[in-house]
Amino acid sequence: MNSDKITKIVLLSASLIILLVSGGMVFSLVKGAIPTFHAFGLNFIISNQWDPSQGKEAYGALPFIAGTIMTSVTALLICLPLSFSTSLFLGEYFKDKKIARVIRLMVDLLAGIPSIVYGLWGFYVLRPLLIDLGLPNQGFGVFTASLILAIMIIPYATSLSNEIITMVPNDLKEAAYSLGATRYEVIFNVIIPSARSGIIAGYILAFGRALGETMAVTMLIGNANVIPTGFFDTGNTMASVIANQFGEADGLKLSSLIAIALLLFLITGIINAIGKLIIKKMA
Amino acid sequence: MKENIEKIKDPIISTRNLSIAYDKGNYAVKQVSVDIKKNSVTAIMGPSGCGKSTFLRAINRMHELYENIETEGEVFLNGKDISKMQVIKLRRMAGMVFQRPNPFPTMSIYDNVIAGYKLNGIHIKKKEKDEIVERSLLDVSLWDEVKDSLFKKGTFLSGGQQQRLCIARALAFNPKVILLDEPTSAIDPVATSKIEDLLVKLKKNYTILMVTHNMSQAARISDYSLFMYLGELVEYGKTKNMFTNPKDRRTEEYLTGKFG
Ligand SMILES: Nc1ncnc2c1ncn2[C@@H]1O[C@H](COP(=O)(O)OP(=O)(O)O)[C@@H](O)[C@H]1O
Ligand SMILES: [Mg+2]
Repeated sequence: MNSDKITKIVLLSASLIILLVSGGMVFSLVKGAIPTFHAFGLNFIISNQWDPSQGKEAYGALPFIAGTIMTSVTALLICLPLSFSTSLFLGEYFKDKKIARVIRLMVDLLAGIPSIVYGLWGFYVLRPLLIDLGLPNQGFGVFTASLILAIMIIPYATSLSNEIITMVPNDLKEAAYSLGATRYEVIFNVIIPSARSGIIAGYILAFGRALGETMAVTMLIGNANVIPTGFFDTGNTMASVIANQFGEADGLKLSSLIAIALLLFLITGIINAIGKLIIKKMA
Repeated sequence: MKENIEKIKDPIISTRNLSIAYDKGNYAVKQVSVDIKKNSVTAIMGPSGCGKSTFLRAINRMHELYENIETEGEVFLNGKDISKMQVIKLRRMAGMVFQRPNPFPTMSIYDNVIAGYKLNGIHIKKKEKDEIVERSLLDVSLWDEVKDSLFKKGTFLSGGQQQRLCIARALAFNPKVILLDEPTSAIDPVATSKIEDLLVKLKKNYTILMVTHNMSQAARISDYSLFMYLGELVEYGKTKNMFTNPKDRRTEEYLTGKFG
């Protein structure tokens, strides 16, 4: 056999392994979730009961779907203005200045910090601060979790939209300047319109990341298995309920956690696909 | 001024000891003093990297967009020192056309023509806008080709049409001069000859200053030629005279294809 053939076989088997692993994952998620869907049907998705008491066991995913949407949307709303201004600052206003280079470095650094570190910081620094500000429930809850989520996705969203803003051809900016446009006018009438779909895609990807973020949220959301009634109420997200409960679960409860995992898998998969599709269309 | 540099009466553009450096002390344009004749086509020639674009971009102060670029000396437009003019006014008086056609991809043909007004947030009546669009597109002989698709995106046009649209965009403010940087280098020969005809026609109302590295193009359409070499202005005069009887050895070598 020549080395070309060997290379081909090695590469092919590596790709096959990836295919097998992801296929196996979907298979075991579906298989694990079957008892739950058998017991509750699609009602599982819209039921807000999570009652593990023996004999009258009932499980529904709605509290966690609600918790996930509340925290992710809130995080996105907090992240948007901050990361968007930062990316304009880095990508256009101060792109040649030293400070932009320093901030870009910091942003990349922050984007690489593991979730558990944010969680610890949120638990020991942010939460006491919020208690001092009068937050109920010992500072646990949807708002605190959203805040930490926002802090986590800001660097990611910033670096994505910064990349997209710097992709706008210099030619176009110069054309606008040559017509007498000011920097402000170039940003709002040329750069943002040209980069719009890419920026939107960046925020969809950031949203997808917020949906699945687990550790930090689990540590701060308060782990209550009910639909949160307000922003300062405790709750659980799809990811956090799994992290919080899988250790002691078996039977129908375990199946229900797996069903939630399957739903989360599908939702984040779809969100990511949409984001990537938009970016691909742009390029 | 040096003897190989022709003197012009009542010039529309004058530069005096214009020097430009991208990094400190490293000059891309060196001490250029030249007068450009009104209502003429003037070609800026020279081998690649000799500073043609750098010189052209000094006239509408494009270098100010970037830090670290140093400009020394003076440029006068219509007798006024451009460094003392408002940059917006200057850029409206000196329209610019780039090497690659660059219509705004998010705007229609119509909006591209009046992009200068839109970008600057100048509100004008619909009727006035229509007039500007029609006049500018007629000026670049594009009106008949696009009058039925004014609200389609400008990026749907062919390369040559896009470049004419960009010229129309530069004409919409009724500038005094049009600065073009190798405007036909990314365009097919048929479209190129259309643009050449157009530039000759436009000199009746505007002054055309154009960078080209295509000697035959300079010979075909320009009245005056400016030959640069290593950042210096080597020779400047009537194109006819320069092509038949170059005064400097370097000009002659360039025109006979010994370099560039
Ligand atoms: N943005 C820039 N930064 C640094 N050097 C540059 C830049 N643009 C051009 N130069 C240098 O300046 C000189 C003149 O360039 P340019 O004016 O583009 O030449 P031309 O248009 O005649 O080909 C060249 O040596 C080029 O490398
Ligand atoms: Mg050039």
